[in-house]
Amino acid sequence: MTAITKKPVNPTAHLTPEDIEQIGIELDAIRQEVLDDRGERDAAYIRKVVAIQRRLELGSRAVLLGSALPPLWVLGTVGLSVAKILENMEIGHNVMHGQWDWMRDPKIHSTTWEWDNASTADGWKHAHNEVHHTYTNIVGKDNDLGYGIMRVDEDQRWHPMFLAQPVWNFINACFFEYGIAAYDLELGRNLRIPKEKRSAEFKAQLSKTLKKIRKQATKDYVVNPALAAPLGGFVPALAANFTANLVRNLWSHSVIMCGHFPEGVETFEKKSIPDDETRGQWYLRQMLGSANISGSKAMHVMTGNLSHQIEHHLFPDLPSNRYAEVAPKVEALFEKYDLNYHSAPLPQQVASAWHKVVRLSLPNGWLATTNRSNLVEQTKLLWAMSTKGPKVRRAASARLQQQERRLAEAA
Amino acid sequence: MASISVPSGAGQGARRVTSLRSVLRRVADAAVTPLDVDDVLDVFHPLRGGRDGLQGRIVSITPETAESATVLIKPGRDWAGHVPGQYVRIGVDVDGVRLWRTYSLTHGPRPDRCISITVKAIPGGVVSNHLVHHAQVGRMVQLEQAEGEFVLPQPMPAKLLLVTAGSGITPVIGMLRNLFSRRVPPSTDIVLVHVNQSADTAMFRDELRAHGAAGRITLLERYDDQHGLLDVSDLATLVPDLDERLAYGCGPAGLLDALETYYDERGQTLHTERFRAQVVTAGAEGEGGTLTLPDGRQVEADGATPILDVAESAGALMPSGCRMGVCFGCVIPLKSGAVRDLRNGALTVAVPGETGPDGVPVQTCISAAAGDCEIGARR
Repeated sequence: MTAITKKPVNPTAHLTPEDIEQIGIELDAIRQEVLDDRGERDAAYIRKVVAIQRRLELGSRAVLLGSALPPLWVLGTVGLSVAKILENMEIGHNVMHGQWDWMRDPKIHSTTWEWDNASTADGWKHAHNEVHHTYTNIVGKDNDLGYGIMRVDEDQRWHPMFLAQPVWNFINACFFEYGIAAYDLELGRNLRIPKEKRSAEFKAQLSKTLKKIRKQATKDYVVNPALAAPLGGFVPALAANFTANLVRNLWSHSVIMCGHFPEGVETFEKKSIPDDETRGQWYLRQMLGSANISGSKAMHVMTGNLSHQIEHHLFPDLPSNRYAEVAPKVEALFEKYDLNYHSAPLPQQVASAWHKVVRLSLPNGWLATTNRSNLVEQTKLLWAMSTKGPKVRRAASARLQQQERRLAEAA
Repeated sequence: MASISVPSGAGQGARRVTSLRSVLRRVADAAVTPLDVDDVLDVFHPLRGGRDGLQGRIVSITPETAESATVLIKPGRDWAGHVPGQYVRIGVDVDGVRLWRTYSLTHGPRPDRCISITVKAIPGGVVSNHLVHHAQVGRMVQLEQAEGEFVLPQPMPAKLLLVTAGSGITPVIGMLRNLFSRRVPPSTDIVLVHVNQSADTAMFRDELRAHGAAGRITLLERYDDQHGLLDVSDLATLVPDLDERLAYGCGPAGLLDALETYYDERGQTLHTERFRAQVVTAGAEGEGGTLTLPDGRQVEADGATPILDVAESAGALMPSGCRMGVCFGCVIPLKSGAVRDLRNGALTVAVPGETGPDGVPVQTCISAAAGDCEIGARR
């Protein structure tokens, strides 16, 4: 993708400022309808999900006490994986968004919730709720665009290190919770600062995160395996916990990639966002910058209803069980204003997001201008771009993009 | 660990048990982090002892009159008991939202350990109407320990006067039930003057009449529709030996004020219990008020500026985030008063004693003062 303001045809060009404000008013009305109706049914929903999750996790851990027996290992591991996914996605993420604050129950509240993840609730709320949800898809402001380690937009300058990004992305997927923790700490940026100049805030957050990681690891890799040890299950239980974390990481990474990375999701230039961005303009950016996953009810629950990423980004504080309900109204609004409601099944969205990760690991235009006959030359060019310094890189990159444009014009 | 010499063997044993318990607890907490064991046990046994925060389960709801009902609650193991006449703060989820109210306990300590409150549905009363008409048996409620000084003395005086009006009977019925459930009822001579709008709407009418008929109390019923409003100066006519009686009064402020003046004039003491209905009046749209900051300072806040901005302009350090109502990074408790959501005009009102012990958490970046209000520090 390219920031919409740099595209040949801006997908919002047909909207007048009045249209955009009208979209804001109509979306506010959809939000208000839910607020007016929010109540007992919603409270019962989240309490039920929490109760199910806790029973499932405890039950699975109980089964894993006998994990020396392979069938119990499988059963317990599946249960624990599902429990961990529910805890992070449908419960943790959404509670920390304040979706259930209106219940005034201190046990299910954004200010008190801590989740089963390496990153601390405080760190997550800052990086995710505040930075990502406010500056969604603004290149240079929203660190979720590639998490600071990947190139997921044409407008992010290419560097040879991005050649390895499909590998990074896979490793990040496997250990996603640690990736999130590092990301919430802005670890990369902070580690580049000399030790004595790092902020006290960073040091405090780092120590909290390390403490949390230690507690999490103690639970999954020491205490629970030790409980299974009398039945000869220390190693199998440890493996089960590791597997459940891996499954949860791969799953949440896939779901989250689907939210903003699939091909066709729009990004925005920092300078194109006015300082006094109106509510309508903010809404519009959320509409174009997110993608949904279509699927069954179970799929929606397992994604924490982030399958309704568009609705979630428009209304991050509405209870997640309501997204499915407002989705048709939101989609109708997209249609009314001739905007692209980006929705596809999970495999398709995951493939699309991965396609982008691979495509953008290469310089802009490289893939488009490469065919079987020039493969050797193109590879040489790529080698040169990777090894011969920024000057060569810039020149080659300009040429590649020019060639790509010509190809597009010819076609 | 520092060794402390404990003379008795029992003491050492107890300590060993405690430390074993605390070790087990630490292991269990480590096994379920970031939750603690309480969170897990809550799923299975919310009424157990040692829980953080007392809860109760509604056992039965029995109508008293058309507009009142007695709610019987089984409290958690940590309920420390109460003295008849005391009240309890109770948190009820009404349409998903937790609201807190205070009700008198209408029984003495019961053999089944349950506690009861009798609630009169007042017009527009969200919680009272819910409890009387919509609450369901089996639902959980939040509780605090019993409180209140409106209790009978020990030993009992020879003569007692109880003056109650409307739902002011609720602490007194608890006292009476307790007294007369004893194997040896007290020999105290009790006069109860009970005032109500009409006989039909009087709670516990038949029970009180039964006590009267059995000679346990002298019941003087005064109904506004039959006898007209009670004039406090008629009290001495109704109860000739008024000055010999230890006096207790409970009811609406009007009656209690008159009673207190009357007793002051006679140089006598009166024990009262007031049901303080704190009223927070929200200002009209756009109308602000005085904002009390966590450090106690007061600043003027207009009705169109987020209280986050107002507090920051006054130099207060406030948690903040997106400043557009999205991230919930600015949430702090509203201790009292009303704020208005600048996006949709929705009011959030915090009444001390009615909206949770810690106030109502609000997003300061989209909330403007709607009348006087006070905010607290982040939990």
